[in-house]
Amino acid sequence: GSITTADGSALVKLGNTTVICGVKAELAAPAVDSANKGYIVPNVELPSLCAERFRSGPPGEEAQAASQFIADVIENSQMIVKEDLCIANGKLAWVLYCDIICLDYDGNLLDASVFALLAALKNVQLPLVTINEETGLSEVNLKQKNSLIIRKHPVATSFAIFDDTLLIVDPTAEEEDLATGTVTIVTDEEGRLCSVHKPGGSPLTGAKFQDCITRAITRHKEVKKLIDKVIKSLTPK
Amino acid sequence: MAVELDNGQCRLRPFSCELGLLSRPDGSATFLQGDTSVLAGLYGPAEAKVSKELPDRAALEVLLRPKVGLPGVLERSREQLLRQTCEAVILGVLHPRTAISLVLQVLSDAGSLLSCCLNAACMALLDAGLPLNALFCGVTCALQPDGTILLDPTARQEQEARAILTFAIASNERKVLMTTTKGSCSVEEMQQCLAAAQRAATTIFQFYRDSVRRRYSKS
Repeated sequence: GSITTADGSALVKLGNTTVICGVKAELAAPAVDSANKGYIVPNVELPSLCAERFRSGPPGEEAQAASQFIADVIENSQMIVKEDLCIANGKLAWVLYCDIICLDYDGNLLDASVFALLAALKNVQLPLVTINEETGLSEVNLKQKNSLIIRKHPVATSFAIFDDTLLIVDPTAEEEDLATGTVTIVTDEEGRLCSVHKPGGSPLTGAKFQDCITRAITRHKEVKKLIDKVIKSLTPK
Repeated sequence: MAVELDNGQCRLRPFSCELGLLSRPDGSATFLQGDTSVLAGLYGPAEAKVSKELPDRAALEVLLRPKVGLPGVLERSREQLLRQTCEAVILGVLHPRTAISLVLQVLSDAGSLLSCCLNAACMALLDAGLPLNALFCGVTCALQPDGTILLDPTARQEQEARAILTFAIASNERKVLMTTTKGSCSVEEMQQCLAAAQRAATTIFQFYRDSVRRRYSKS
């Protein structure tokens, strides 16, 4: 709830890496071929404020690749089912614009972004929208607000690879620059893999992969506990 | 050369490859997997712009052009995957302060596009004669709703599958260079797909050898 003008927001700090996510909800007509689905549009921005290597201008490759990764995580984990965002079949649906902005880049952007997105979505309060039968117009009831139905809680764990011998969890920017590769594993609470993202870099054997996955599953439990604690402390009593 | 590959229980679609078909790039290759085809052109090592040059190694740039429309966020993310995979195999330290550009054009997409791009990229690197420390190949696995693993899925099979995993496997000890997944799967299923992909990689590398041998035996 850090941003008061957004429908949901969260600020996450992983060491020095600071990421803020703001979710804005708007109404739109659903697409013709999927009339019962809403939209979720994630966008990751790496402004020049977060690190000196990012210049201002159109989004660079890292920002675009991160946006695609977040979109894939949402889709793969089914954390928000798009059918839940539909208000009236074929006429009205919610569009959730999720803006993830990095304020301080000290490595491990993907973990922090996924975490911020999850926390912000849990924080979202959507007003109840009904369609008036007679006039056909939508009526927004700002007094009555519901939370989003979040089905799965994906958590990302990133590792930096050094010459296929060493694996470091949660790398800082310095470690990432010196690393010869990275792996990011996204797990959900059932121990299923939502995403295994290894964009090139040094080769890994199957056994090392298995190591990473087991570590990612343990980390998931710790992170889930933290999220639940924070959400509980926010709900007004 | 078209080859029908049968890898025990997992079938791969017929492959076909042509090397050195373009005259301007230093290396070019077109790779066909069933109906999916990608054309790759490689320029390099060439002079780099001062802003882009790296002092100790070659700077690699990958451009992926889709069949229709302008490149979007998905193409950028795939470019990043391809670039980092190629950077891991190219011995860039032998050519410092140079630029290597790899341009891929999607000619037709009938499933397993990313692995076709990876294969075309590797063939283009071979055709250009760049120093590599290993070869790599791309394999796509689709996990069907009933749990069976399909290698090299068609577009239809990809839509019906509940998870699609793409691996780039290196030729030294079949290690994994790149992984990307779509949809969720359990840990055991991922390990099974990885094992199947590593087996398929052996047949693909044999195909690479045969293509290159055929090219140089003619000229």
